[in-house]
Amino acid sequence: MDTLEKVIPKNGFDLHLLHTKKFKTIHLSMKFTTKLTRENVTKRALLPYVLQQGTANLPTATKLRQRLDELYGTVLAVDTSKKGEHHILTVRLELANEQYIAGEQNLLDKGIHFLKELLYQPKLEGQGFDPKIVEREKATLQSKIEALKEDKMTLANTRMIEEMCKDEAYHLRVTGYEEDLSAISPEDLYQYFQEILTEDHLDMFVLGDIEELAVEGKVEELVIPRQQAAITNTTLNTVEEQQTIVEYDDISQAKLHFGYRTNITYNDAEYPALHVFNGLFGGFPSSKLFLNVREKNSLAYYAASRIESHKGLMFVFSGIAPGQYQRAKDIILEQMEDMRQGNFTDDALHETIEMTINQLRETLDSPQGMIELHYQRVLAQSTLSPEQLLENVQHVTREQVIEVANQVQLDTTYLLTSKEAKADEA
Amino acid sequence: MKHKHYQQIEEHIYSETLDNGLRVYVLPKQEMAKTYAIFTTNYGSIDQSFVPLGKSETETVPDGIAHFLEHKLFEKEDRDVFQDFSKAGASANAFTSFTKTAYLFSATSKINENLTTLIDFVQDPYFSEASVEKEKGIITQEIKMYDDQPDWRAFFGTIKSLYHHHPVQIDIAGTVESIQEITKDDLYTCYHTFYHPSNMVLFIAGNVDADEIMALIKENQAGKEFAPPSDIERNFPEEPQTVADKEVTVKMPVSVPKALVGIKELEIPEEPEQFMRKEWLTDIILDHLFSRSGVAYERLYETGLIDQSFSSENHLDRNFGFCIVGGNTKEPEKLASLIKQELLDLSADSLTAEHFERIKRKKIGQLLRAMNSLEFIANQYSHYQLLNIDFFDSITWLEELTYDDVTAFLDSWITEDQLSVCMVKGEETER
Repeated sequence: MDTLEKVIPKNGFDLHLLHTKKFKTIHLSMKFTTKLTRENVTKRALLPYVLQQGTANLPTATKLRQRLDELYGTVLAVDTSKKGEHHILTVRLELANEQYIAGEQNLLDKGIHFLKELLYQPKLEGQGFDPKIVEREKATLQSKIEALKEDKMTLANTRMIEEMCKDEAYHLRVTGYEEDLSAISPEDLYQYFQEILTEDHLDMFVLGDIEELAVEGKVEELVIPRQQAAITNTTLNTVEEQQTIVEYDDISQAKLHFGYRTNITYNDAEYPALHVFNGLFGGFPSSKLFLNVREKNSLAYYAASRIESHKGLMFVFSGIAPGQYQRAKDIILEQMEDMRQGNFTDDALHETIEMTINQLRETLDSPQGMIELHYQRVLAQSTLSPEQLLENVQHVTREQVIEVANQVQLDTTYLLTSKEAKADEA
Repeated sequence: MKHKHYQQIEEHIYSETLDNGLRVYVLPKQEMAKTYAIFTTNYGSIDQSFVPLGKSETETVPDGIAHFLEHKLFEKEDRDVFQDFSKAGASANAFTSFTKTAYLFSATSKINENLTTLIDFVQDPYFSEASVEKEKGIITQEIKMYDDQPDWRAFFGTIKSLYHHHPVQIDIAGTVESIQEITKDDLYTCYHTFYHPSNMVLFIAGNVDADEIMALIKENQAGKEFAPPSDIERNFPEEPQTVADKEVTVKMPVSVPKALVGIKELEIPEEPEQFMRKEWLTDIILDHLFSRSGVAYERLYETGLIDQSFSSENHLDRNFGFCIVGGNTKEPEKLASLIKQELLDLSADSLTAEHFERIKRKKIGQLLRAMNSLEFIANQYSHYQLLNIDFFDSITWLEELTYDDVTAFLDSWITEDQLSVCMVKGEETER
C-alpha cells in the first residue's frame, strides 16, 4: 500500500526510488531505451547473451554465475523488449535483503560492484568483445530465433504484427534476425554497446525496503558521464484497408488472431476507458470472448484480447480446430459489434472496472510489476502515476467505453492453420 | 487457533484443523494490497484407481478425470462461478497436477465474499450430462494445444519412458479419446471420494485479519454436513525398479530437436524430514551439475550442444519421484549420452565442500526471493502440508544440511538402470 516513489533527475539519467516494505528483496533495474530500428535490433538482441558470458575478472559464464550464487543467489537478468516503438535493454539485479540473512552485510554494495563490473569491465579482446564468446552467443541467439517457430501462439502473433505493421518500426522482431547476425563483428558490437551506455535514454529503478540504505549515493557509480537523451516518439497509423492473412504449418490446433488499431496510448484521456473496454471484450474469463467462444460454443480453450499501451494496438488470440475458422471468426467479430452497440449491462461494466483495478493493484504487489507500471509512465512521458490511473479507471462511464469500441478498427485477420486444412480446401 | 512465528523469515501462520477435518492456514501480510486463497484437494491425475466412498471394491476411472472435474466444478445449474468472482472484482483460476487439484482466487477487495464463493463452489458440485458433453470440446482444444508444444511432449515422453505402470505417465488432461468416456456419474464418484474436507487444505495469504478469516471459515463449515472423515484407499500398480524404455523418440515437427534424460527415483521417504532432505539434496546435486553455474553445464555449453533452453527439474511427490535434464540440441543422441555420463561420473571429488556451501547459500536466497509472492507461499505451503511437512520449518532442515550428508547421498543416488532418454525429432521426410 505505502509505496513512496521519488524521481530524481541525475546527471545523465533519471533515478526512480520505490520504497516499499512488501518484499524481502531489493531490485535494481537499469533500462536503456532508444528507437527501434532494423539496423540495431539484432545487436541489441545479441548483447544480453554476450554480456552474461563473463567479465574481465570473472572471465567465464560459470565464474560469473558462481559469484551470483555466493551473493545468496542474486538474480542477474539482461534482456530486450519493445514497448511502442521503443527498444528497451534492461539490466536487472534482484538481491536478498540482508536483514533476513543472519550475519550477512553489505550485500547491496557487493551487488552494485558486480553490476558495475558487468557493464564497464566486460571481457574484451583488442577493441571488441571476446570473439569466441560472440561467435558462441550468435549460435545461442540463432537457436532462440528458431525456437520461436515452436511456440505457435507467439509465432502467430509475431507474423500478424509483421504483416499489420509492415511499414512501421513496430513490426521488428525483438529477438533480431538470423540473416543480420553474420555481419556483426565483436568490435561493432562493443562499439554499439558503448553507444547504448552513453547515448540511450537511461532510467534506473531501485525498489525495496530501501529508505535507510543511502541508495542515491551508491548507485551513482553505476553510471559513467553521459547526456540524458530525449525519449523518442512512436508513430500511430490508421487502417487504410483491412487484410486477411492465412498461413500453414504442421499443427493440430489453428491459431486465429486479430490485430486492431485503438490508437489510444498511455497518455490519452481514453486510456482508462480502453482498459475497461478490453476487460469487457476479452481481458477476463467474464469477458465476451471467453463466454461466447469458449463457454457457449465450446470452440476454444482460450480466446482473449490484450492491449498494447504505447503503440495503440489490440490483439485477439484464440486456438481453434482448423475446421471452425469461419464460425469462430463470426462469433469473435459479433462480440466486437456488440461492444460497439453498447450491448453490455451496467453490472458487467462495474464488475469489469473492479476487476481492472484489482488487476492493476495486484501488479503493484510484485516488484517487477511495480517497476514496469512506473516505466510505462516514463515512456509515455506522462505525469499520470499508476495510482492515478487506477483512480481514473474507477470513473470510466458506459459512454466512454462505447466511444472507445467505435474508435477501435480492425486491421488484420490472421490465421495459422494446419497443412491438412489447406489440402481440404484444394 | 494455533499461531506460529517463523523468526528468520518474519512470517506468522495461524492454523486450525476443523471438526470436519479441513486444515486451514492463514498468513496475514498487511503490506500487500491483495489476498490470495487456494483450496487444494489431495487428488490428482494419478488417483485413477480407488475404492469409492461407501463402496468396497476398487474402481478405475477414465484418464484425465481429475482435470475434467476441475473444469466442471466451476459450472453450476444456473451459472458459471467465474462470474461470481468477476462480480466481486476477483480473478479465479484452478489447476490439476499429478497429485493435487487446486482452486484459487486473488482479489484486493471483498475478500470475505470471495472466500465464501471459493469454499461454497468447491463444496457444492453440480454435474449434468449436457454440461459434461459441452466440456469435451473445450478440453479437446486444450489437449490439442499441448500436442503442438514440443516441450510438453518431451516432458511427458520422458515420464512415459521411466514408468512401466505408474499412472504418473498418464497425461494430466487425459487424451481426446479417454475424455469421451467420462460421465457425470464418474465425476460424482471422484468428487465424493476425494473432496471430503479431511482430504483438503485451505490457505489464505495477504491483506487479512487471521481471527476474522478463521471465524468466517468455521461458521461456513459448521453450516454444512459431511460424512465422517475416513481414509481413502487408493491403488497403485506394482512398479518395477527399472525404467520402462531406455530410449524413446517422439516424432513431431520441430525446428531444433530435443533430448531429455530422465532419472527414476526408487525410494520415496515417508518421514517428512527424510523426504525434504532427499528433495534438497537432489536439488543441490542437479544445481551443482546443470544450473547456469554448474560444472557439467559449462562443459556442455562449450561443446555447443546446448542452448538457453537447457534445464533440470526435480519432482518428488507422494509415491513417485523423477528428475529431468536436457533441452534443445542439434545432436540429441550425443547430448543424451553426455548428460548420462555426467550423472554417472559424479562423485564426491567433483562436488567439493566449497561448492556445496555456495549452492546452499543460493538456495536460501532463492527461497527468500520466492517469498515475495503470496502465490508461491500459499501453493508451496499447501503442497507440503498434504505431504505432512511444514514448509517453513523445513527451511531449517536445508540450513542444517552438511557436506557429509551430500557425499553420503551421492554414494547411493543413481545407477544406469534408473536413467532413460526421450528425444523429440522432426520427421525425416520434413527435409
